[in-house]
Amino acid sequence: MTAITVPAVQPPVGDPNLFTRARWAVSDTLTITRRNLLVWVRVPAYIMFTVIQPVMFVLLFRYVFGGAIPVKGTTYVNFLMPGIIGQSAAFATFGTAIALAQELKKGVIDRLKSMPMARSAVLAGRLVADTGRMFITILILVGVGYAVGFRFQNGFGLAVAMVVLATIFGLAICCIAAFTGLAIGDEESVQAFGLIWLFPLTFVSSAFVPISTMPGWLQAFAKNQPVTIVIDTMRSMALGGPIATNLWLSVAWLGGIFIVFVPLAIRAYKRAA
Amino acid sequence: MTDMSTGPAILVEGLTKSFGDVHALRGIDLSVPRGTVLGVLGPNGAGKTTAVRILTTLLQPDGGRALVEGRDVVRDAAAVRRSIGLSGQSAAIQEELTGRENLELIGRLYHLSWPQARSRAAELLDQFELTDAADRAAKTYSGGMQRRLDLAASLVGRPQVLFLDEPTTGLDPRARLGMWDIIRSLVADGTTLLLTTQYLDEADELADEIVVIDHGQVIAAGTSEDLKGRVGGDVLEFTVPDRARIADAVSAIAKIGEGEAHVDEETGVISIGVGGRGSEALIEVVRALDGAGVAIQGLSLRRPSLDDVFLALTGHAAEEEEQPAKGRRGRRRSAKKDTAGATS
Ligand SMILES: Nc1ncnc2c1ncn2[C@@H]1O[C@H](COP(=O)(O)OP(=O)(O)O)[C@@H](O)[C@H]1O
Ligand SMILES: [Mg+2]
Repeated sequence: MTAITVPAVQPPVGDPNLFTRARWAVSDTLTITRRNLLVWVRVPAYIMFTVIQPVMFVLLFRYVFGGAIPVKGTTYVNFLMPGIIGQSAAFATFGTAIALAQELKKGVIDRLKSMPMARSAVLAGRLVADTGRMFITILILVGVGYAVGFRFQNGFGLAVAMVVLATIFGLAICCIAAFTGLAIGDEESVQAFGLIWLFPLTFVSSAFVPISTMPGWLQAFAKNQPVTIVIDTMRSMALGGPIATNLWLSVAWLGGIFIVFVPLAIRAYKRAA
Repeated sequence: MTDMSTGPAILVEGLTKSFGDVHALRGIDLSVPRGTVLGVLGPNGAGKTTAVRILTTLLQPDGGRALVEGRDVVRDAAAVRRSIGLSGQSAAIQEELTGRENLELIGRLYHLSWPQARSRAAELLDQFELTDAADRAAKTYSGGMQRRLDLAASLVGRPQVLFLDEPTTGLDPRARLGMWDIIRSLVADGTTLLLTTQYLDEADELADEIVVIDHGQVIAAGTSEDLKGRVGGDVLEFTVPDRARIADAVSAIAKIGEGEAHVDEETGVISIGVGGRGSEALIEVVRALDGAGVAIQGLSLRRPSLDDVFLALTGHAAEEEEQPAKGRRGRRRSAKKDTAGATS
């Protein structure tokens, strides 16, 4: 029998049902999370970056700069710890941007996108793993803080609230970092770009010094930018003081960041080529 | 999945894709019957990777259509992903993890259970002779081993259609031959394969059909024999060790060949098409060169290589093509450090 040439188009097959897809989205995210954490524990430099560097920052500010920085109403180490925890959470997101840029360049993302796995899992797994990593950093910092004289002043509940807020703050910055990593797609550029926006944002804030010590023109920026607002909230949670206004402002800022950057990161992931 | 289609495994019609004003694909047609190997041959920048990325659902075409196993790569992308495997131009493996971990991870992402993922990984490690290195970090692998691991990863889901984008680029000759053996064994299992390459001998070795693309267009298609036929018969080739005598040699044989002699100034290799008059021409050339007093080495009569085909089709040798680097964002172009790490 001679072959009859028929149009080779097959009717579209439906995707697996919603329940199966949801289950896959979760299990794929966990698989990617597991992979990311495995990579993290295998590379000494990454451990160094997430654990040792923040600890060095604490010691540096506590013992080297601390003596020269006057703060009102509390000790410098008490003032410092919420700031350094926020700063470390923000800096931990360098890893997010760099890892995504590397995966993009090496073709890992291509491979994963060509597979029948949940497309959301690569980004979600990255955010989950990196947030977990950041959470560990925060706990270590609290421990180190306690060793060098820091004490929560405001009860256990608000101490936990501070850690939670720091983690959500870090996750928000993670979303920005994920977007930059995928949109720029080159490790070195991503790193350079990260420095350009993260350094001013974290250092020109209330993280390390009271804003009143800065020149007036700088105060205007420092007072109103989100890192200051979040860190002030964390500080009030840890040490006492009015929380409500700053908390609402923080929620608004962080919510805004999620609303803008989650879709941007997803779009950059879809487009990444 | 039942499959009632009698059509080809891959069907591409009028596919176009531009990046800004770079026309990467200008209307490509392909048809790959089930269980066969198509070699897509072209120099750097010809559009090979772009075509592969569209066929593997990574990139949206601007125009035309592409079907894989009868499914449209745009409208039915999820179904296409269930039937394909991709091994891209650089080894897409997680270097910090071991070979085994890499494959198990991919297995899990294909929604195999843990025991299934483990046994599939073990099976592939064995098939690709990576069992001894299975529990070492992949960054300690040689370039050839990394490519093998990457290829193994593309097979975890038992794809019906496999895409290999320049699977041997950057490998040393020995690793390259090993890769060829592996690719042949895959094809023997009935997998449909689309393979891109810049190496003419590779397409000749592995492919049932070859499509030559240049500047985003198919400039020739057929079997390796068909393409060689385009050059018009046999090629006579010899080396003139004394570079100063090359011009004399060329003028001495000018009347014997069909068309002009091709001279490689660097190696002193001269080749000339001699149509169907192979052995006759051989004797004439020897006489002519002897008469001109030009000493030669290694006179041989051979079937035309695909290099000759490229020359005949485009008027330039495949390797001479310059890569227009403008507009690239440096991705996947980053030459892999293939020699890094240990060799097995
Ligand atoms: N993402 C991209 N952005 C801009 N130009 C691109 C992109 N991808 C490919 N090109 C251009 O398209 C052309 C074809 O590229 P490619 O398909 O990678 O060729 P090949 O794989 O045959 O070397 C080249 O000129 C390349 O520079
Ligand atoms: Mg290519």
